[in-house]
Amino acid sequence: MACRREEKKTTAGMAAALFAAAIGSAGTALAADGVREQVKGLDEQIQEIKADVLGIAAELARLEEKLLYPSDTQVSLFVALAPAAKFRLDAIEIHIDGKPVAYHLYTHKELEALRQGGVQRLYTGNIRQGEHELRVSVLGKSENGTKHRWSESFKLAKGVGPKLASITISGPSGQGIALKDW
Amino acid sequence: MGRIYAIAGLLALVSAAAAAAPARDGLRDLYFGEALYHAYLGEYFDAIARLDIELGQHYALDEPALDPLHYHVGEAEFSVGDFELHYRMHLRAGRAIRAVLEGNVAPAVRNAAAYRLARLYFQKHQPVEALQALDRIRGEVPAHIRDDVAFLRAQVLMASGRFGEAVEILRALQGAKGLEAFAAYNLGIALWRDGRREEGGRQLDRAGVIEGGAPEVLALRDKSNLVLGSALLEAEQPELARRYLDRVRLNGPYSNRALLAAGWADAALGRFERALVPWTLLAERRATDASVQEGLLALPYAYGQLNAYGRAALLYEKALGAFGFELERLSASIRSIREGKFLQALLREELKQDADWVIKLRRLPEAPETYYLMDLLASHDFQTSLRNYLDLEELRKKLAAWEESLEAYAELIETRRAYYQPLLPDIDRAFRVLDSQMRLRLEQRARLARRIDAMLTAPRPEFLATAEERIVRERLAEIERAAARRPPAERAAILERVARLRGVIHFRIRTEYDARLTEAYKHLQELDAVIAALRERHRSFVRTRQAAKQSYEGYEALGQLRGRVRDAQERVDALQARQGRLLEAMAIDELEKRVRRLEEYQVKARFAMADSYDRAVKAQAQERVD
Repeated sequence: MACRREEKKTTAGMAAALFAAAIGSAGTALAADGVREQVKGLDEQIQEIKADVLGIAAELARLEEKLLYPSDTQVSLFVALAPAAKFRLDAIEIHIDGKPVAYHLYTHKELEALRQGGVQRLYTGNIRQGEHELRVSVLGKSENGTKHRWSESFKLAKGVGPKLASITISGPSGQGIALKDW
Repeated sequence: MGRIYAIAGLLALVSAAAAAAPARDGLRDLYFGEALYHAYLGEYFDAIARLDIELGQHYALDEPALDPLHYHVGEAEFSVGDFELHYRMHLRAGRAIRAVLEGNVAPAVRNAAAYRLARLYFQKHQPVEALQALDRIRGEVPAHIRDDVAFLRAQVLMASGRFGEAVEILRALQGAKGLEAFAAYNLGIALWRDGRREEGGRQLDRAGVIEGGAPEVLALRDKSNLVLGSALLEAEQPELARRYLDRVRLNGPYSNRALLAAGWADAALGRFERALVPWTLLAERRATDASVQEGLLALPYAYGQLNAYGRAALLYEKALGAFGFELERLSASIRSIREGKFLQALLREELKQDADWVIKLRRLPEAPETYYLMDLLASHDFQTSLRNYLDLEELRKKLAAWEESLEAYAELIETRRAYYQPLLPDIDRAFRVLDSQMRLRLEQRARLARRIDAMLTAPRPEFLATAEERIVRERLAEIERAAARRPPAERAAILERVARLRGVIHFRIRTEYDARLTEAYKHLQELDAVIAALRERHRSFVRTRQAAKQSYEGYEALGQLRGRVRDAQERVDALQARQGRLLEAMAIDELEKRVRRLEEYQVKARFAMADSYDRAVKAQAQERVD
């Protein structure tokens, strides 16, 4: 009987412990209050340094733009996917006046970011004012797995201010690549 | 309370993920799109940096309405807050959201901001402030967050111990799209914690069979069954408990605990032979898990209850072996962490390319320090510290790269200065000469234009005489003067002819006046085209000269920036070292707790093994006597 009582006690104890474990977090109670305070204090200091470094990043970006890409010559090309595009973009290549200036191979994550509506800055560089030839070549796969390579040429007019243009890719057929000035 | 936070934390993450990826139609600002691209890639630092610049420039404009960002400015303000939350900058995100709340904005925007602020407080374990933020929601709530707001309120109430109020909200949320499993499980817990155990049990029963194939739904289904099963076991209803414990999947995150509990349910009913089934399964699993370690002791205990003392002794011995092996591994891990290898392993670059890097890190045969990383990550404080440590490493790398770039930029500026500065004085001199000539021509053109304009109202044909006509007229005047010295008869004939010729010229000038005026206008327009080209060349020269000068002047900020980078580097290094030490201390503390637990188990196993051997020997002796 004594054994049975002990057994019952063991089972009840185990059950209480199991219930506590089940309803609670999977984690172990790692941090004592002191540690938690330290974690919190460090976390706040890290947030401050993040804010400071972001400030430096903004300042540096302005400086780089002025130093490396003055508005007289600056050109930036962005890539977007058409909302209903049903193909897998593998790579893109850009030529300006016959010279290759950018090439990019897409990862799955990058492709998803484009599909969600993100816009990728593919190239920032310098060109003279006037008219230039822009050639965009795209490599991709259609839904049935067929590989496609298609290209399109555009006139790119560079004026006094910074030149921004977006390349929207919708697929290998029809007007598969569109250029828009901003 | 901490338990509810853990549940809530999971849910908050789900809601945050859903809120961070709104559909983007009709993007009107490329830079905003670029920030979103970085955010979708999980590069929150770059996303915030891009949006900070854009918003700063937008607000500095005299006419922000002309800036394409104005189409998205509200969304951009919210996005930057979201990105800051993802980048674990809660203080700044909170300030940004509070600013929106206090601004003059539409009720829908203010309510969305209040919701975000409440979520932020909730994540920071501040339920009172979270509730205050939720209480600021009045009037129109955007449809896409309506259920999330209600669900968050329920979570906050649960975290505040106000389970009855949470129940009412959660009831209304049953079946809410995307929240089905969460609302069902939380309702069960809220009812249970409110003391309505029977009703809570029925609800957990429902949550335990809720439909859906998503990993979080399956996990919550398992959790509902495990909680209910464990609670029934505690309430001494093992038969019923077994039914729910059997529903838990054998390969889910709660399977070990469910197997252990299922064994105890059978044991409570005295059905030890049935308890062998889950416990045998459990004892074959990875011995780092606390449930498995307990299972290693429970299994021989069951055999002992079945009078199979020999088998029990052997299994206790096996458990002792497993504990010993685990203790060795723990000691190796602790030693390795103390040698600083843990932090080195966390920063291994090649592993970061993989989404499952934590799992891979654990499997590294030569790295005992990372073996328990997954288990350590179950702690919120450890997770926060690890993320902060990795963020600091990213900042350290960025700052190092910027320092190099800034040095290169300083060199570039000096090279440009050395090239342009000596050239500029000569160019400026030549330019000044050209500039004065151009100004002169411009004045002449202006005079001509004025004269032509005047002739429209007061015709002056002689102004439009050709050069040849003017020469002829002067020649005629000379002939007239010379004729004065001739005899009268001859003089009269000459003067008559001069008069006739004058008449011809006069006639031509008068009759051709309109045509000549038109021609003069055409010439003036042609001149304008030439002048416009000249002006453009002039402007182009000024721009080029300005660009040349600006390519090396006005970079005084560069020096300051280098100072700021160096200062930030020092602070990052110091913080990273402190954070690293804290991580090591937390890891060692946790592993030492495991060591102590295993040592206790070892003692228990040794005693139980000896007892089992004794009983086995006695049983054998009894058999011989019989």
